[in-house]
Amino acid sequence: MRGAQLDDLRDGVPAGVAEALAVVDRFDQAMTGGFGRLDPQGTAALAELAGAVSATPLGAAAAEAVDKVTAGSVGEEQLLLLAAARTAVVGAVHDALRDRLDGTLGRDRAQWTAPTTAAAPADGRLLAARSWLAELALAGWRNVDHDLVSASQQALTALLADPTRRRIAVLLDGLANELRYTSPVATMERIPARRWADLWTRSMLLTSPQSGPAAPETVSGRLLIVGADVQEHATAVQMQVHAVLEAGGGGSDADRSRLVRVNVSAAKVDTIVGPVVWQLLADHPVLLAALAGRLSLDVTDLPLLPGGDLLWRDDQARPGEPTDPFAVARVQLGEALAPAVPPLDRHPVAIAEPVLLEGYTVVTDDDGLGFEVDGTRVAVDVDRLPGCGPITTELLAKSSACIGLLRWDGDAAAGPGWSVQPIGMQATVKRKQVDLHTGDWAQGPTDPKVTKAVARSGDSVAMLRERAGRLLRK
Amino acid sequence: MDADDAAWQRRSMVRVVPTARPRKLAKVPFVEMADGRLQGVVSSGSDIGRVYVSSVAAGSYEVSCSTNNNRPCGGLRGGDYACNHLTALADEAIVQYGGDRVARFLRLETNDEVTIGNEIFWAIGRTTLAGTSPAAAVFSRFLHHLSYLDLPAAVEPLPELSWFPAGAGAR
Repeated sequence: MRGAQLDDLRDGVPAGVAEALAVVDRFDQAMTGGFGRLDPQGTAALAELAGAVSATPLGAAAAEAVDKVTAGSVGEEQLLLLAAARTAVVGAVHDALRDRLDGTLGRDRAQWTAPTTAAAPADGRLLAARSWLAELALAGWRNVDHDLVSASQQALTALLADPTRRRIAVLLDGLANELRYTSPVATMERIPARRWADLWTRSMLLTSPQSGPAAPETVSGRLLIVGADVQEHATAVQMQVHAVLEAGGGGSDADRSRLVRVNVSAAKVDTIVGPVVWQLLADHPVLLAALAGRLSLDVTDLPLLPGGDLLWRDDQARPGEPTDPFAVARVQLGEALAPAVPPLDRHPVAIAEPVLLEGYTVVTDDDGLGFEVDGTRVAVDVDRLPGCGPITTELLAKSSACIGLLRWDGDAAAGPGWSVQPIGMQATVKRKQVDLHTGDWAQGPTDPKVTKAVARSGDSVAMLRERAGRLLRK
Repeated sequence: MDADDAAWQRRSMVRVVPTARPRKLAKVPFVEMADGRLQGVVSSGSDIGRVYVSSVAAGSYEVSCSTNNNRPCGGLRGGDYACNHLTALADEAIVQYGGDRVARFLRLETNDEVTIGNEIFWAIGRTTLAGTSPAAAVFSRFLHHLSYLDLPAAVEPLPELSWFPAGAGAR
């Protein structure tokens, strides 16, 4: 990326984003106090939300739902409609930001053409989750206490047991964990209103399942890894590998190279942290070896979802040639077709666009770490550097090139706006070039100091499995 | 609330639960700050099949310790002394969460940094035995905790994990 592009992003927050987020913020404030006892401000906030979607197909239903809620009759159906309306507004913000980013980068993106499937009836497990979510919304975050958090346990246990409900289970678990940790929420100095409303809204929508997943197409060919992003909360970890699938691999758009993601995930517990998390993904040895060894992969007949997610099957992949992710980023990123965004995933947190930054100056000051390209600064999100990879703030301060994911958060005025999350970096240390990538330790840490530290805390995965074997199956 | 707090509330990506710091799990396989208690499970020193379920409540400082078969711990009588299980639990909580956070959670009135479990109980002073033991609930939390290790891995995308970036914690 050049400085002019960063300027373009910084100065060109699309029209309407600030206004749309103001509507969302007022809704989120109303939710903090609970929809069960709305004050005049809360009533106005809901009316405003209904107004924001009035010109959409949701309009009439949302207005009716808001009328009912403000009249004190708050049912699950009304709450589902509020969630849908908030999703629509945030979705529009996502679209505007994404368009701006694609325009700035000159990135071509596929259009979403997969048919929308009708909603399937929610089963008992989902209804149990929905009823807990409704209780939360009625009470408001400020009134969440231990009893209300514990009430999630039964629904959650049922959902976790069903592999087809992993998405909502992982999300609810993440939300419940944050509420449990902060309960009673009334004692918190500040409440993460946007975040929790986000999580509640998406959970609510996921209680209304689609009748089937969008049909995948089948692709084959050479996969060039750009980098890996790690996402985790106490009880889940997901490795998201960003890669370029070379042209000629079959499916639609086969004439172009395409940006794809490989997602591998596992359940875990909070004490499994740092490089140990890779052990949980050991079912995918070919993928891990390619990450650790910086190899390309040759894949055969893998399902590719319309949103650009490749369903990984390790036995249908073979390790290829050594491939430098920086070379891939330099040569392939500009040409590759970016995937369409599934309608439900349209939220600014889904923006994670791989980019290459080089020729920058590192700036460290009160605002944290930043890269200055042609005089324009972009914030470096060092909070997202995972403990399972070798990149650290200190090393980034010495870096000269970086593969990162461009992300956006906050709002136009108060920020933080656009930032870059490093997933690969180059630095010159003692006159030698050093390349580091998030996936370097996929087969175990390569830094002796880290290996030693891991050994000191023992094999936590084995330890807990032993306990589980002894206590769970008695 | 200042401008920073207001901006913080308007962010999707803020870390609410800090990443746990790595620790040895052999002695205390499970510790959590939840339901108003610092609670967890401590391995018995003598019997590999037995564990102690221990807890101390924030603010009220009610303590409890018993085996998973509901036998009360002989070392815990309330008053000025905590049993070895409770101090071991507090030791490991400090490693996992940091002394500062444990002290804040328990609402300890101390200005000194707590670095070992005993300091927590010195700061508490007098404890009382819990009227109704939360052991069953805590043990069931532990079994639930262990059950995650039995869940199968997945390759379907989990887009909602975008809200949960990994962080290094302290290393």
